[in-house]
Amino acid sequence: MVTGAEIIVKCLEAEGVEIVFGYPGVAICPFYDALYDSPIRNVLVRTEQNAAHMASGYARVSGRPGVCVATSGPGATNLITGIATAYMDSIPLVAITGQVNLEQLGRDVFQEADITGACESFTKHSYLVKAAEDLPRVLKEAFHIAATGRPGPVLIDVPQDIQEQRLPAFLYPERVEIRSYKPRTAGHPMQVKRALEAIETARRPVICCGGGVVLANAREELLAFAKASGIPVVSTMMGTGVAPMEDPLYLGMIGNFGRSCANRAIGEADLILLCGARVGDRAISAPNQIAEQAKVIHIDIDPAEIGKNMRVDIPIVGDIKTLLSALAEKVEPANCEEWARQVRRYKSEFVPRGEPRADFVEPRAFLRDLSAQMEPDAVLAADPGQSQIWAAVNFSQREGRFLTSGGLGTMGYALPAALGAKLAKPGRQVVAVCGDGAFQMSMCELATVQATHVPLKVIVFDNRRLGMVREYQNKRYRGRHIGTHMAGNPNFVLLCKAYGIPCALAENNERARELAAEMLSCKTPYVLVCRVDPETPSL
Amino acid sequence: MKYTLSVLVENQPGVLSKVVSLFSRRGYNIDSLAVGTTEDPAVSRMTIVGQGDDRILEQVEKQLNKMIPVIKVRSLGAGSVSAELLLIKVGCEPQNFGEIHQIATMMKAEVEDVSRSAVTLKFAGEHEKCETLCGLLRPYGIREIARTGVIALERGT
Repeated sequence: MVTGAEIIVKCLEAEGVEIVFGYPGVAICPFYDALYDSPIRNVLVRTEQNAAHMASGYARVSGRPGVCVATSGPGATNLITGIATAYMDSIPLVAITGQVNLEQLGRDVFQEADITGACESFTKHSYLVKAAEDLPRVLKEAFHIAATGRPGPVLIDVPQDIQEQRLPAFLYPERVEIRSYKPRTAGHPMQVKRALEAIETARRPVICCGGGVVLANAREELLAFAKASGIPVVSTMMGTGVAPMEDPLYLGMIGNFGRSCANRAIGEADLILLCGARVGDRAISAPNQIAEQAKVIHIDIDPAEIGKNMRVDIPIVGDIKTLLSALAEKVEPANCEEWARQVRRYKSEFVPRGEPRADFVEPRAFLRDLSAQMEPDAVLAADPGQSQIWAAVNFSQREGRFLTSGGLGTMGYALPAALGAKLAKPGRQVVAVCGDGAFQMSMCELATVQATHVPLKVIVFDNRRLGMVREYQNKRYRGRHIGTHMAGNPNFVLLCKAYGIPCALAENNERARELAAEMLSCKTPYVLVCRVDPETPSL
Repeated sequence: MKYTLSVLVENQPGVLSKVVSLFSRRGYNIDSLAVGTTEDPAVSRMTIVGQGDDRILEQVEKQLNKMIPVIKVRSLGAGSVSAELLLIKVGCEPQNFGEIHQIATMMKAEVEDVSRSAVTLKFAGEHEKCETLCGLLRPYGIREIARTGVIALERGT
């Protein structure tokens, strides 16, 4: 005999899950009890939201769905922000929540919440399991749905009595049969042909690389396509890290907070190849204006993204890795040498702002320094706010990864995501970059860092302000600052000491550089607090 | 522009709420929605009538197709048959009964119930004909209306 909970654990094992991030409660206790006998590692978080962020960081770096677990009621509702964050960035997650007993469902009993209902708009799909017999199929489908097509979070809500229900045997299905879900991967050959013709006639083409390229693990294919065609490349924030900064064809990130050279290129282009980019408002604020001047080719696995925010001339629905490799094979060098020279000049004219300072740590100069000190395949996780922009624009990616909450812009994402990434790839250097605001949203996870013995590195830019909102108040509300002064911040060095984590304070760039070297070479976790001038702008 | 979508979905709990929540969160409006089972008991058909231009219709179709329990989405145009079921209760003094009965006969509506001061008619037909019938009966004082919303199928094979 096996229980429903044992079935869930066996399914996770069959899926190759090595680690789950979670927080127990009564309604999920049968699952935790079954986990006792499993080789799957349990990482106990300090709040459920961070379990989802850790699973997200783990998924992004491992390329497999991350798994997070919470109990019913508040445990489940605490997961929502994490699930929504993953949904907006198309990260494959499987979230398992306990639920009150099936017979009590709907009676508003202790710790009951309609979590499948609440997560409706933030999940790719969700299940409320009403019979233990369904569990193997549901788990199999959940992992399949989360990881295929356009990835995303899938929620499985399992009442406690279903977890305790006994069945004679466990049988994991070998295949998934969902008649209504068959993501298209190949792409229409006719559309590929039309795209190649458009490239042939274009004079000022630009490739815009989005997060879809990262998700599809199509980095090599994109670079091969760019090289074969000679077309310049820009990226969205989520596509940052695909092309190395020193690649002569790569111009950097576009958008409100992007590099001016990249924005200039996309603004002057006559052909834009959107690759796994959903034309978010922060990347392209006036899509219709741009589409008026240029022909647009849009490659995406999700047909609903095509034409959603921007008029498209040549839509291609399919797996970006397959399509880019087909394009790279067939494309002739584009007739755009003059244009490539022109945008290279734009790139050489672009000088990132921020000079090293002696009275504060200038974060932009520090991040440029830091990228030179780090290993080529390092993972950098950055929290939304000014830190995200400083990092996206100034950290020179080589073969590394840039993890950030690009869609939902969730503060507090960086630390737990970085921890998840480090647990996925312990051999890689992983650094989280947080502002003092965001850091305090997930600071409790320092305990999880300590408990997992993961040598995670954290940089806290402490300007005692909510910098990006304050900057907005300067611009929009004549500097009437309200709610952006972080009075009452703790002494972060002492706080880290209390967690038993080495920590140091840098008050200027020279010292920050020395301490960063110390941080990167030490074998333990390390928090580097940098004192930052509140007047430092994002760009 | 008015559009009619015929949506085949898995007949599972929660599917209706998933579809409706998609419309509300993306800001698409629904004029009417009718759900019923099909010849296959595992499949339900939803007929959704809404308003929007071509771009919105395209997005609605694509977003519906993205939902896992949605099997097939089809936009129905002129090449379709559609009908709606209408129950209408009209205030009716004895001296008016003849006129109301005449309207009912003319429109091929059935008299379902007669009381001392009201008549309830049943009518099945195209949306516009339902509107016509309501218009004809309005002067007599409509007490209550219940409508199913439009259901539709493609013509031919």
